[in-house]
Amino acid sequence: MSQQKHIILQNGSCCKVNEIPLLTYNQFTTHTLELMTNPQCHCVNYYSYPVNENAHRFICCIANDSKAEIYVYGWECLLKETPKVYSITPACPALHIFEREISENTGLIFENHPWNKPVRWSFDRQDATKVSDNYPFYRIESEELHQVGVGPIHAGIIEPGHFRFICNGEKVLHLEIHLGYQHRGVEQLFLQKETLAQQTILAESIAGDTVAAHTTAFAHALESLAGTEVSQNTIHSRTLAIELERVAIHTGDLSALCTDIAYQPGAAVFQGLRTTLINTFLTWCGNRFARRLIRAGANPFPLNIEIKEIILKNLLAFESRYIEMAEYMFDAPGVLARFEDTGIVTEEQARLIGAVGMAARTCDIRRDIRSSHPYGWFLKKAHHPVCHHSGDVYARAILRHNEVKQSLSYIRKMLEDLPEEDAIPNKAELAFTPDSFTISMTEGWRGEICHCAITDSSGKLKHYKIKDPSLHNWFALALAVRNNDISDFPICNKSFDLSYCGYDL
Amino acid sequence: MFTIFNIIKHQGKQYIPDVTKVTLPAYHPGKPHIENKLCSQNCNDCVQHCPVKAIDNSPLRIDLSKCVFCSDCENICPEKKIQFTPDFKIASNTLENLVVTEGIINSTFFNPDIIRKEIKRCFGRSLKLRLVSNGSCNGCELELNAAGNVNFDMGRYGIEFLASPRHCDGVVITGPLVKNSEQALELTYKAIPQPRIIILVGACAISGGIFADSSALNRSFLDKYKPDLYIPGCPVHPLTFINGILELIK
Repeated sequence: MSQQKHIILQNGSCCKVNEIPLLTYNQFTTHTLELMTNPQCHCVNYYSYPVNENAHRFICCIANDSKAEIYVYGWECLLKETPKVYSITPACPALHIFEREISENTGLIFENHPWNKPVRWSFDRQDATKVSDNYPFYRIESEELHQVGVGPIHAGIIEPGHFRFICNGEKVLHLEIHLGYQHRGVEQLFLQKETLAQQTILAESIAGDTVAAHTTAFAHALESLAGTEVSQNTIHSRTLAIELERVAIHTGDLSALCTDIAYQPGAAVFQGLRTTLINTFLTWCGNRFARRLIRAGANPFPLNIEIKEIILKNLLAFESRYIEMAEYMFDAPGVLARFEDTGIVTEEQARLIGAVGMAARTCDIRRDIRSSHPYGWFLKKAHHPVCHHSGDVYARAILRHNEVKQSLSYIRKMLEDLPEEDAIPNKAELAFTPDSFTISMTEGWRGEICHCAITDSSGKLKHYKIKDPSLHNWFALALAVRNNDISDFPICNKSFDLSYCGYDL
Repeated sequence: MFTIFNIIKHQGKQYIPDVTKVTLPAYHPGKPHIENKLCSQNCNDCVQHCPVKAIDNSPLRIDLSKCVFCSDCENICPEKKIQFTPDFKIASNTLENLVVTEGIINSTFFNPDIIRKEIKRCFGRSLKLRLVSNGSCNGCELELNAAGNVNFDMGRYGIEFLASPRHCDGVVITGPLVKNSEQALELTYKAIPQPRIIILVGACAISGGIFADSSALNRSFLDKYKPDLYIPGCPVHPLTFINGILELIK
């Protein structure tokens, strides 16, 4: 009988750490490449953690989107003895960012990695001599070409990151994105913090624009480790929060897109409309961005008739005004001329880099955790992802519009069959199963969020790994601006609206 | 073409006529109020529980420079001694005044006597700011963006965020101040012509917040330069931000 090559998990389920098969590196690469030949499979996480002083374990999670299965397996090595292995990236480019991250954190060298550059200058990186100032930018020596550097501090109220363009006249030939300026050591802090309350506040601060989706992923991970079941009302309120967050941020992003093309009606109206939505959160839980709302093992702000009426009233005030503005905007030739054929990412490119979420769906790739690995309310309700095929700024704008409409209908459906109200007070602590591994995914408005947690023999968190969709999708932006005018960079950037802090952690 | 007029009509007037006089609904957690009564149970639960260690005992006090307004302390207290009021005017120009102590009602947050003279003279009618996000989660950025939108419209007071520090009067810092952005912050600050001000926005910037004990921080900038205004919150409410600045410059 052949050796079992992986363990099959579902979204939000857990297993014992020693049930995860450990392969040799050769077996590992062969198996990974074999799984990844299936177009329904994509890598949701691949990371390393120290088992003891010398040995490092590498965990790979490949999701099969048609079977709702996640294949988890790994390999192990002594870092002192194995400083070099050959890279999988040339054969499977979607893994490039994971290998870069592992390399930066552990010092392991992936030979033949075509783009082995630092990811975020993590404070505990292996090689402290590598600093932001000596980032190895790609260079082309030519008298015709020139470089343009933008950032880290940008012209606006936005997070920091450095963009280096190589331009041929006005046209962008190449863009390299160099981040890490927001790195604040979130993953390490999850282990440093001792109480559940502290870890929850931390989860809410991974990305302040995706509070509901990140905190739900965190809560699901912890509940799975603790074996806690939550009520139907809790499930409804969490899923509703994620969908409401999606509507709110998408609306805000449409406003920002309008600002970038100097389309004042859209800019002003969508901004104002977003206020209605985030103030709904304020009424519900006392915070405009859904902080305080989601707590592992608890339901501090249950959905009840009162909240239902407020949400429905606000949605009513929002929807007609939103639809009116959006339809007018997507009918305006001036807007369409700026959006269409700007910043194109092809389906092939998106598949190669392993794009997720919105960036994938605008290239006609049906990648959506709500349908492929459902969680919460979507376990009961089949979700059909909205897709678009053109991969340009227009696709990313119209996809937002269509997702807003879809999410509004979901929110209404969730409120229609409201489960019985039950307030579960916040828990002081949860007791975790020792020596376990769990994987938890949600579909935030940007795309798939993946949290993996491992406990030690005493049931305390031993390792916590966060993946924001931006980790994959920043590369999509770099590809999108090629052969576009450099003046179109802001609108391309805004159309993705990726997270700097979610990437930098 | 009449559609656009209809759109404008349907939006109605959305701006808040006077941001200094408006009140927020009761569910907004703003300035806490600590009742002046003995802790009969002496449980110390609030001090133990606070995720950012913002609470201290005897006398019971909450440090808003650290507080993330989760209001867990309000719920955990068996005697309901702590209550968050919707009062959003909690910006201060000293760190000491950000500490709310039990029994003290109407404690003043802002001390007008110690504002540098040139601030009102130079910036009273126009204040241009440069944002430096320094390890922030983007929550405060969203709210600072909102401060300029059709609802809050801080532009009417001459307060605005600009692109170039050379055209600005001060720097607004969000986030816990991280090693990787130390140089960028220093360069931006020095690019601003004098006189210039420093405004710290959010619990992270003022005290490090939930990230205070992270090894990735470098807060030495604050040892070198003294901030003129501290605006607490997680994230800050646009009204807290605008009112804080108005108190400083008007």
